[in-house]
Amino acid sequence: MLSADKWLRERGEGEGGSVSPLAFVEKQRGAMRIMAVNEVAGALGLSPGMMLADARARVPDLVTVPFDPAGDLALLEKVADWCDRYTPSVALDGADGLILDLTGCLHLWSGEFELLSDLATRLSFQGFTFRAAFAETPDRARALARYGGHLIAVNRRVPPQQLNDPGRAWRAALPVAALDLSETKETALRRAGLYTIDDLASRPRAPLAARFGAAVVAKLARVLGEEDVRITPRRVLPALHALHRFAEPVARTAYMLDVIALLAEEVQQGLRERGQGGRAFAVSLFRSDGDARRLMIETGRATHDPALLIRLFNERIEALADPLDPGFGYDAIRLDVMVAEPLGAAQAGLIDGQEAGESLAALTDRLGVRLGRERIRRPAFGNSHIPECAGFSVALDSPVLPFAEPEREEGEPPLRPLHLFDPPQRVETIAEVPDGPPRRFRWRRVTHDVVASEGPERIAAEWWKRRDMQGLTRDYYRVEDSAGRRFWLFRHGLYGAEKANPDWYLHGVFA
Amino acid sequence: MTERHASFAQLKRDFDHGSTSMADGAGLFSLGCDALDARLGGGLATGALHEVCANGEGDHASASGVALAFALRSAGDKPILWVREDKGARMHGALYAPGLAELGAAVERIILVHAPDTLAALRAGADIVGAAGLGAVIIEPFGEAKALDLTASRKLVLAAERGGAGAFILRDRVTRLASAAATRWLVAAAVSVPLPGDAPGFPAFALSLVRHRGGIAPFDLTLEWNRDEQTFCLPAAQFSATAPLSGAGLSGVERRQMAA
Repeated sequence: MLSADKWLRERGEGEGGSVSPLAFVEKQRGAMRIMAVNEVAGALGLSPGMMLADARARVPDLVTVPFDPAGDLALLEKVADWCDRYTPSVALDGADGLILDLTGCLHLWSGEFELLSDLATRLSFQGFTFRAAFAETPDRARALARYGGHLIAVNRRVPPQQLNDPGRAWRAALPVAALDLSETKETALRRAGLYTIDDLASRPRAPLAARFGAAVVAKLARVLGEEDVRITPRRVLPALHALHRFAEPVARTAYMLDVIALLAEEVQQGLRERGQGGRAFAVSLFRSDGDARRLMIETGRATHDPALLIRLFNERIEALADPLDPGFGYDAIRLDVMVAEPLGAAQAGLIDGQEAGESLAALTDRLGVRLGRERIRRPAFGNSHIPECAGFSVALDSPVLPFAEPEREEGEPPLRPLHLFDPPQRVETIAEVPDGPPRRFRWRRVTHDVVASEGPERIAAEWWKRRDMQGLTRDYYRVEDSAGRRFWLFRHGLYGAEKANPDWYLHGVFA
Repeated sequence: MTERHASFAQLKRDFDHGSTSMADGAGLFSLGCDALDARLGGGLATGALHEVCANGEGDHASASGVALAFALRSAGDKPILWVREDKGARMHGALYAPGLAELGAAVERIILVHAPDTLAALRAGADIVGAAGLGAVIIEPFGEAKALDLTASRKLVLAAERGGAGAFILRDRVTRLASAAATRWLVAAAVSVPLPGDAPGFPAFALSLVRHRGGIAPFDLTLEWNRDEQTFCLPAAQFSATAPLSGAGLSGVERRQMAA
């Protein structure tokens, strides 16, 4: 019913639902087919997969809406974000389901039923129709929710001694479709007279596997809770998190930051106990109308200093392209430590340089949060004689390359330019002899007369890296024009040997 | 209360005299060239803002060289941060690690900050300039950069006084915008003293000081940068210091290609 809920939410009709039958249609194999229906249409006997023409014949006043799977998925993702308030481990199930792993999250509630009813109240308030189930394993919960027939179902593991007792009722109620098998397997099961999970569970497994395949048995074991396969959460689980809920939604950014500071202190406690610091932090802001916003920050070195985190989050909030919209306020804020690293015990203030290094790290972190970490860079040398590969800039926190700077001879002028153009810029040149230095060249619509030049410095292509085992040689010249401007030019290809009429490029400018 | 009065009076006195702590000799860094230092009364002030402008369209590289040289002189062993605008990097080329090293910079002490636009560059610049423990900061806006007006430069000046590092604005053109910077320099490329074999020589710059808040009269001077000593020097002073043109051991670009 996700499509119908989305349609109603977008039209602002909210709860109550519409009374007219709705069908979401898409053109498939040359015919309009129904992809989803609302409750009313479902009650009238329409189901996904029908042709629209057939449905129209049955229900003349059917309202049709184009099917929008991408929009539905986006909405489901939003709901999943919102469900982060219950557990950090949320997975999508098909196009319209969510699985929450509540392991270790229940102590905040008095029981699973209380958690489910809180979730149910909030979801229906937002205008969703849904079914929810709680069970020992994800597969059983899924089967109960989709095929159990209850709005909310709670299924606990039955103690072994009661295995033959009423705990089995749910098995008899679940059809084999709950195993989530392919259509042919399902039909085969039905043809054999096996209609419910109980029919399967009460039979020996080996013949089942022989006749219907091992997948059926494996699925059965999961639904029965004999095998437990964890869900794959949408996000990497945080190393540590702290959550604060509000009785009344809050909307002021200043207050929000205060709460984040409280959470940071809580997280600091946890990190300190582990002897760790965080490298990446995320704040999730849960809006009361179901929207969730997530802000990430990263730091250059592991830290658990609340003051620093607050500064960085403040910076992050200020740098947002679309500002925070609290709407009717946030009703929960969570702080996750996404990446934690061992933190060396710090001793402050003995050496001045150390403190300076720390303040530099704090500064680059702040700039990194504001401008993006890839914008804070440092120059580095590469292991190559090709000029554009011999020097470049890398992000500040990328690992240090082992390549040292090339040796320089004392008493020599600079042989490499201060600024390098990548790619090199094409210039028109006049040379005295085709394989000699240029006499005059034209770059950016200005003609430069060369008065001094040195070269060629011959740099061969890295033919051993190329499939055709060749490549044009470059002849580099250091030239100075009549105004004293110094340039680095090269001829691309050896005259005559490699190219009949080699092109000239300007690769850099000297200071 | 009285303390505040006193500091205000001090401020007013400084203001009337043009600038703070300019004349007292402390907080100056020498440029390594006596001829230049003598004219500047000892050198340029650290914890102050200096503006280096390219004199002509093709002089940006020379201005960059001078700004880097100033930064190297003032930074010592401390880090140098260079804030560049993306447009500037596209137009004038990317800073090249071997080229930085060729001018004597220790590449591992340089941090580049790429800003998407002028405003971001100035904001980042103000934060960096105000931070403690840095050696020098170069802020390189692109083009006219109208955002860097008197108010913005005043903010940078105050931040520089707080931070204590040398702060340099590198402009790729001469601007008519007012500025609160302590000095303004125009830089053009100068014809170098050619090496044997007619090879281009050491980086040479035509520097002109066009404004000095301490009241030093404008002057023009052509200087070379000596990367081995990390000093400015008068043209041809380095030439005599270079190895004589014997063949032994070669290099020196193979002794200037066997003396051409």
